[in-house]
Amino acid sequence: MKIDREQISTPPDGKPLGEQPAWRQDFPIDVPQDNYIARRDFTKFLILTSGAFVVGQLVIGAKAIQVQSQSAPEGKQIARLGDLPVGGAITFAYPEAHDTCILLRTDDKTVVAYSQKCTHLSCAVIPDHKSNCLHCPCHEGNFDIATGTPISGPPRRPLPRIVLEQRGDDIWATGVEVRTT
Amino acid sequence: VPVPEQYEFFIDPNRCIGCQSCVQACGECDTHKGTPMIHLEYVDRSESVQTVPVVCMHCDTPTCAEVCPADAIKRTEDGVVQSARKPRCIACGNCGLACPFGVPRIDLEKQLMMKCDMCYDRSSIGKKPMCATVCPSQALFFGTREEIERLRPHSRPINTFKFGRQTITTKVSMMVPRKAQVTYVDVLSGMHAELPGRCVALTVLAEDPFAHV
Repeated sequence: MKIDREQISTPPDGKPLGEQPAWRQDFPIDVPQDNYIARRDFTKFLILTSGAFVVGQLVIGAKAIQVQSQSAPEGKQIARLGDLPVGGAITFAYPEAHDTCILLRTDDKTVVAYSQKCTHLSCAVIPDHKSNCLHCPCHEGNFDIATGTPISGPPRRPLPRIVLEQRGDDIWATGVEVRTT
Repeated sequence: VPVPEQYEFFIDPNRCIGCQSCVQACGECDTHKGTPMIHLEYVDRSESVQTVPVVCMHCDTPTCAEVCPADAIKRTEDGVVQSARKPRCIACGNCGLACPFGVPRIDLEKQLMMKCDMCYDRSSIGKKPMCATVCPSQALFFGTREEIERLRPHSRPINTFKFGRQTITTKVSMMVPRKAQVTYVDVLSGMHAELPGRCVALTVLAEDPFAHV
């Protein structure tokens, strides 16, 4: 009953493949036919995928320009130095309500602030003063407290640094410094 | 690797003694551990102890694959109809309902159809399927056509079956007495019969009712 190596199953009406409806060729029962990819289909796939990549790059570029053209966010008072003991931490939102950041007082004179979103998959980082790093519990990522650069784990980019300004006893956030290395 | 062409599967229900060896052996297979794919059916349990082992017949026109809405059932180049592809199967059960031999099984927990695939992991490397290796009466036989002709001189293999208007040619052969006349079973009226349990009663017809079609 074998027709050829490519097609072994016979359609119920027993008619040859040329007389069969088109869906039978699109959804063949035989594995060799099911795995077969026509040259035209492959070319179509290549062109469409590379086209999608080009569009993606253009979108990324446009977004970067949009971000660059944005003016610096307004300053915001976030805490009073007296309220923050050495080794303490406060979370605050800057520049928007959903951008959670963390303010840390590492010693008597130094305060640093970073975005709390881990640069790997946006989990919230928590300070770990014992090992002097910001720890991400999701995938065991660690960032240096002094600089915000990644030390270990999956993250490769440093945490965005919040530019701080001290006005008397008040600590003001005045900008976000996004770094890539 | 395809199953060697010279090897064929023969079912000889006359020789089945209902020992369940095939069911046990099938259930031990690593590809579907604990779930036998072979069915051991009673012909008429109240009247007789006769049992029939049912493995997949590997049809040339696999009805299960024809009715699959998810395009999950495929037939390899050696003519073996494989179990449903896991990522595609939606466990709708169409295949089990449509198969004239009632072979596919639906695992509702796994949401997957699994069926006898002639132990593809074994038969594709030249080994016999599990059931055929353990069957003590060789009601399930895996070998060449010459072998079966020598061993069963009073039987002949048939691989064409009629179910109403549907004629099915299969890769697996059924051994019948050499001189027996071919009879037809009235499956069409059986389809709508409502009987208790999983019991089905079918009338044997004297001649093919669709011979004129």
